[in-house]
Amino acid sequence: MDFVNAIVQVLDSTIRLSVPLLLACLAGLFSERSGIFDIGLEGKMLVGAFAGAAAASVFHSAFIGLGMAILISVAFAMVHGFASITHRGNQIVSGVAINFIAAGSTIILGQAWFQQGGRTPALQPGERFESITAYVISNFLSTYSFSTASFADFLASIRGLILYLPALLIDALARIPGFGPIFAELVLGHSILVYFAFAMVPFTWWVLFRTRFGLRLRAVGENPAAVDTAGISVAWLRYRALICTGILTGVAGAYLSMVQNGGFVKDMTAGKGYIALAALIFAKWKPVNAMFACLLFGFLDAASIRLQGSPLPIVGKVSAQFMQALPYVLTVVLLAGFIGKAIPPRAGGVPYVKER
Amino acid sequence: MAQAAIELIGINKSFGAVRANRDINLEIARGTIHGIVGENGAGKSTLMSILYGFYQADSGEIRVGGNPASIKTPNDAIALGIGMVHQHFMLVDNFSVLENIILGAESDALLKRSIAKARSELERLEREYGLDVDPDAIIEELPVGLQQRVEILKALYRGAEILILDEPTGVLTPAEADHLFRILKQLKDQGKTVVLITHKLREIMAITDTVSVMRQGTMVATRETRKTTVEELAELMVGRRVLLRVEKGEAEAGAVKLAVKNLTVKDSRGVTMVDDISFDVRGGEIVGIAGVAGNGQSELLEAISGIRRAVSGSVMLDGKPIDLTGAADPGELRDRGLAHVPEDRHHVGLVLAFEENENSILGYHDDPRYLRGPFLNVDAIMADARDKIEKYDIRPGNPRLKTANFSGGNQQKIVLAREIEQDPGVLIVGQPTRGVDVGAIEFIHKRLIAMRDQGKAVLVVSVELDEIRSLSDRILVMFAGRIVGERGPEATEGELGLLMAGVERQEAAA
Ligand SMILES: Nc1ncnc2c1ncn2[C@@H]1O[C@H](COP(=O)(O)OP(=O)(O)OP(=O)(O)O)[C@@H](O)[C@H]1O
Ligand SMILES: [Mg+2]
Repeated sequence: MDFVNAIVQVLDSTIRLSVPLLLACLAGLFSERSGIFDIGLEGKMLVGAFAGAAAASVFHSAFIGLGMAILISVAFAMVHGFASITHRGNQIVSGVAINFIAAGSTIILGQAWFQQGGRTPALQPGERFESITAYVISNFLSTYSFSTASFADFLASIRGLILYLPALLIDALARIPGFGPIFAELVLGHSILVYFAFAMVPFTWWVLFRTRFGLRLRAVGENPAAVDTAGISVAWLRYRALICTGILTGVAGAYLSMVQNGGFVKDMTAGKGYIALAALIFAKWKPVNAMFACLLFGFLDAASIRLQGSPLPIVGKVSAQFMQALPYVLTVVLLAGFIGKAIPPRAGGVPYVKER
Repeated sequence: MAQAAIELIGINKSFGAVRANRDINLEIARGTIHGIVGENGAGKSTLMSILYGFYQADSGEIRVGGNPASIKTPNDAIALGIGMVHQHFMLVDNFSVLENIILGAESDALLKRSIAKARSELERLEREYGLDVDPDAIIEELPVGLQQRVEILKALYRGAEILILDEPTGVLTPAEADHLFRILKQLKDQGKTVVLITHKLREIMAITDTVSVMRQGTMVATRETRKTTVEELAELMVGRRVLLRVEKGEAEAGAVKLAVKNLTVKDSRGVTMVDDISFDVRGGEIVGIAGVAGNGQSELLEAISGIRRAVSGSVMLDGKPIDLTGAADPGELRDRGLAHVPEDRHHVGLVLAFEENENSILGYHDDPRYLRGPFLNVDAIMADARDKIEKYDIRPGNPRLKTANFSGGNQQKIVLAREIEQDPGVLIVGQPTRGVDVGAIEFIHKRLIAMRDQGKAVLVVSVELDEIRSLSDRILVMFAGRIVGERGPEATEGELGLLMAGVERQEAAA
């Protein structure tokens, strides 16, 4: 039982740790599929994390924090767009610049505004996204009542009514003996951003492969001249792709500072933006693959935390540094032979200039 | 006279110092096929790109159907019923035919519905014009002829009334070209207007109603096709008399310089493309390989020049073997006197982002002539580039210009100049005059014959029968990876055509 418990716990933290990777990876997918390389995922996540935590603690609202995180992250994405689409600059240079600006400005602004050594104040309940646990759900079910006392109550009651059936179902699932606790541990008990991240996988796939916008976006990443001669603006299309990127990195940042952590800490992205890029290559720029790649990298991370110090059966003690390097090693090894050729979008990294 | 579909009035366009179009006036009558001819770099593609809204004219006026039109983007052109098939196709290679056709003209925000609608519309267009293509095929798996049909379908799907085709036959086999012309005639019968740019004057004579000639950015003449001749057009284009078939003496074949024995080559999918081929090329002769594109000629060239791995067989250069593992060092082959003008100049022959002078020494850049110690000798390279520009009449004559900004035919001349001027013992040329104007064809053919007369071995692969017949001392015909016949230069077009279609071989097998 101890063993099962340990596994469930590792899987649980796998999910938690892969969420920021997944969001950043899908963010990268939008921009790279449109032909814009984005090494600045890291920086956009970082400014998102900072803006989210700062706004949440100032305005005492998790949702205002999230909105701010998205806004600032999109603004940085637009800077990248301005440099690399409008002015046809080098996309790598612009991305690296964004990472530097993000790392520096979050510390300076954090210190100037909150005087806590670059941190933001610890977030209070209500300022961060809470987990939706089995307890929260059964509590909701037992206390729910329909009220028309005031208009606000009425609205809340209607909302509750919509949520009532799903909650009942989840509650029932969590009560099944044996299965229930594992379900509660793995599927329940996460914040709403976690569900959002995983819901983005099929959504991204749908947008990319089932909508007009997705068709054009993939086309502009392969052959912008074809898009241009078809009468569609290459620049506007790429800007829109970058807006999607900005939204997702913003949510990723908010998750880091408002869910995983109770506030912003300097350099808290710690290379996640780069791992997300590795996952993107690994996933061959496909949304569902991206989810599995991020789960794999999240699992390695979770396992390395779990295994810290404790010896493994055959290999003995594994150093934490080795486990941390594993995602990169794995990407290189797997790309070198196991998953076949990863073909990036053909026009990736090349500014579009009208010529033959 | 029919009403004008399009009038261009006083169009000017410059790229930096290059005046691509100056004061162009042109009137295209509705329901006709209007040909445009002109030398490489005369400004034909530029003019049509302006009409299509891809470029903006510096000054001038466009009228469509008699009304002044402002065409700022391709979207405006499409809305006015103008469609264009570009010299280099504008397709997304890894998309399906249907996806390419609806791109930018989707009827619905959801693909499923757009595709369903496009599918039935496409079936109608295919039936109406005999434009058969599998709507679900992936573009990169289609031969160029079919890719072009997709481009035409794209324009028709958008409701084009005026269709511009920029050098559509440059990449087509004669049979594909015939099919294309049947389609164009059909379009004309339906009242559509077709503008056709081509270097092949025979095509102009065969299919157009009117023809306009451009030279160095200006419109020099417009003629009714039945009142003009090939000779007159060639003279108008180049400004002097042109030999359409270069004269040459008897070949004096010497020792064998290039010997191919039992060569077998497979393509990347493992299909045998070159099947147990043997032949020799002697010094002092031009051997031409004729055949419909896709019958193994490309793979044969690549194997001989050491780019593609051969499955079995041998190739001897001056009696010594060439490494056929696909890892041959091209530099070493060059040192041994083998020069190669690849078929696909865009991907293999040139770095388009480089300046002209850099491309004109590419591959020979470690030759001591171009070096000063470990550094490139820029003065020598520039002098050399200017020399080639002069000799081959490459326009514009600016060695500092980015290669991508040269017109198609001039890019071809850059590659040819580079390889021929190295004075190699053996020269292998794929499609020597693809996209090149009549004046330049004459010049290139003269150069190749001069090389032969100096005792060099020349192997030419071309899908142009005229070219093969006027250049070669011996003609080998390839079909399905094999050499199905050898003929002398006196062979008739019909005879070669039958061989190319594999007719004789099938009879023999039966
Ligand atoms: N984007 C560009 N930038 C600079 N120069 C250009 C550009 N496009 C075309 N030119 C120049 O303008 C001139 C006309 O080119 P254009 O492509 O219209 O010729 P063309 O008649 O189509 O020739 P070809 O038969 O070889 O295709 C050439 O000298 C070319 O080098
Ligand atoms: Mg042209």
